Amino acid sequence: MDLLNAFIALSNFVLIPGIAYGSQLALGALGVTLIYGILRFSNFAHGDTMAFGAMATIMVTWLLQSWGISLGPLPTALLALPFGIAFTALLLLGTDRVIYRFYRTQKSPPVIFLIVSLGVMFIMNGLVRFIIGPGDQRFADGERFIIRAREFKAWTGLSEGLAFKTSQGITVITAVIVVAWLFWFLNKTRTGKSMRAFSDNEDLALLSGINPERVVTITWILVAALATIAGVLYGLDKGFKPFTYFQLLLPIFAAAIVGGLGNPLGAITGGFVIAFSEVTITYAFKKVLTYILPDSLDPTGLVQLLSTDYKFAVSFVILIIVLLFKPTGLFKGKAL
Amino acid sequence: MIVVDGLVKKFGGFHAVDGASLSIEKGTITGLIGPNGAGKTTLFNVIAGVHSPTAGRVTMQGEDITGLPPHELFHKGLLRTFQIAHEFSSMTCRENLMMVPGGQSGETLWNTWFGRKRIAEEERALRAKADEVLEFLTIEHLSEQRAGEISGGQKKLLELGRTMMVDAKIVFLDEVGAGVNRTLLNTIGDAIVRLNKERDYTFVVIEHDMDFIGRICDPVICMAEGKVLAEGTLDEIKANEQVIEAYLGTGLKNKVKEETGA
Ligand SMILES: Nc1ncnc2c1ncn2[C@@H]1O[C@H](COP(=O)(O)OP(=O)(O)OP(=O)(O)O)[C@@H](O)[C@H]1O
Ligand SMILES: [Mg+2]
Repeated sequence: MDLLNAFIALSNFVLIPGIAYGSQLALGALGVTLIYGILRFSNFAHGDTMAFGAMATIMVTWLLQSWGISLGPLPTALLALPFGIAFTALLLLGTDRVIYRFYRTQKSPPVIFLIVSLGVMFIMNGLVRFIIGPGDQRFADGERFIIRAREFKAWTGLSEGLAFKTSQGITVITAVIVVAWLFWFLNKTRTGKSMRAFSDNEDLALLSGINPERVVTITWILVAALATIAGVLYGLDKGFKPFTYFQLLLPIFAAAIVGGLGNPLGAITGGFVIAFSEVTITYAFKKVLTYILPDSLDPTGLVQLLSTDYKFAVSFVILIIVLLFKPTGLFKGKAL
Repeated sequence: MIVVDGLVKKFGGFHAVDGASLSIEKGTITGLIGPNGAGKTTLFNVIAGVHSPTAGRVTMQGEDITGLPPHELFHKGLLRTFQIAHEFSSMTCRENLMMVPGGQSGETLWNTWFGRKRIAEEERALRAKADEVLEFLTIEHLSEQRAGEISGGQKKLLELGRTMMVDAKIVFLDEVGAGVNRTLLNTIGDAIVRLNKERDYTFVVIEHDMDFIGRICDPVICMAEGKVLAEGTLDEIKANEQVIEAYLGTGLKNKVKEETGA
């Protein structure tokens, strides 16, 4: 019984949050990796793109809510999501037309692009705060649960409760669908293949008559979709605050790099590696250990490896450890 | 067909192509020879839009094509192969060939959803075409193999195969025979001649193998140090003093003269 309780506690505080957070990071990292693979630069504005996408979706959600439209048990935000994606796609395509295209025609090296994206990041950062304000926003239609802790306890008779939020369930399901679709798209459709071709060998793709501007356009649209979905899922799960999204940039990049920049499979793996490391290392294992160990060995402290204040340091450490042993990331990076 | 006028390409201060002027007649197989570093590949790169020229003009059938990007030139019927074979390494050989006619209707997001039928038809035609080309090049057994894993010579064949996937007007082949065995080289030579006769391709062929050049090319253009030295039949070129000098340096020139009895 104690062992079961320990497992439930672990699921409740580590496994379920880890899977949800991992899915969100994976979606974010996929966007970063797509840009790296095709446009060949590290896009520092990605966190704020996610914030913009989430913000656009939130505004539409509020509008829908004010009209009394809802999706029943599912969050209204899912209905607003396509609109959010559309707005974000317009923003990214506009940014590309006005800013990135110039550097592309100049054939600027990736470092220049990186610095430019830093500028874009600050602009988007300001834009989002200007429109929706820097504070916390709630847009989930109240907390909803697939499994409630109290009901779970009553139902199983265990002393530990297990809570599974609707937002976590939706995160995982959406992530699975999106990833499956993306892989189908990249591997099976002509558009996806031309993107992979462009990523693999740009010169050859051009000399085969593939229009680079079209590939770039499609990439930005996909990135807009990925970023908005990641941003909305994160917001539904943990609440929306612009600054948090800016901070997300670190674990997202860590995920993309750990997995191997430019490799979609790597981005997903990296997302989960980073998420689980972060959650496990900052979790206080006191409760779990109390269940497992004999009474005489019960821990007196929290048995927390690192305070949650330092959670962003975890990304760094994992990044360094992986790159020390596999400089190209877990999966070989660079080609889609 | 193609007229190159006073083309200059500088890399830093170094003139890789230094005022080259030449013209390629429609329907010919023109050989382009010259010592290593003569600027042949760079000339191709500039014509095919990989590099933009420092100065000079390129026209194709009277139309100015200087500095046009490669994918636009492709759609005008100007193709090239790479000296160091390029491939989409994670795709199979067949998929590599099928990528070639870029700008298919399947390359828009819209058609990915709403043009399924048309895309499927296009794909089927492309697939048949690709298989035909693979068979022609005697590498049909490689159709399902990843292009990143095939041998260097086989990659060269794949390069040639690309140019056969569409109806090109002019094809620039950069040492398509390097690293390919003699029998296959002859097959390639025959293929070039046949494409030239049957499908009206104009070719410009860079090659170091003089037998190969002599067998299929007329006229031959010789470049050295970024300039065009001479143009004519291979025998004329071989007899040209400047050409011999460029290839061998002045020291060796006399020795060769003795040997050939000139
Ligand atoms: N991208 C580049 N940057 C700098 N220099 C270059 C570049 N490409 C070519 N060059 C230089 O231009 C010169 C001509 O090179 P090119 O490749 O055109 O010679 P080539 O005639 O094709 O020789 P080969 O027969 O060996 O292939 C060389 O000296 C080379 O170093
Ligand atoms: Mg060369």
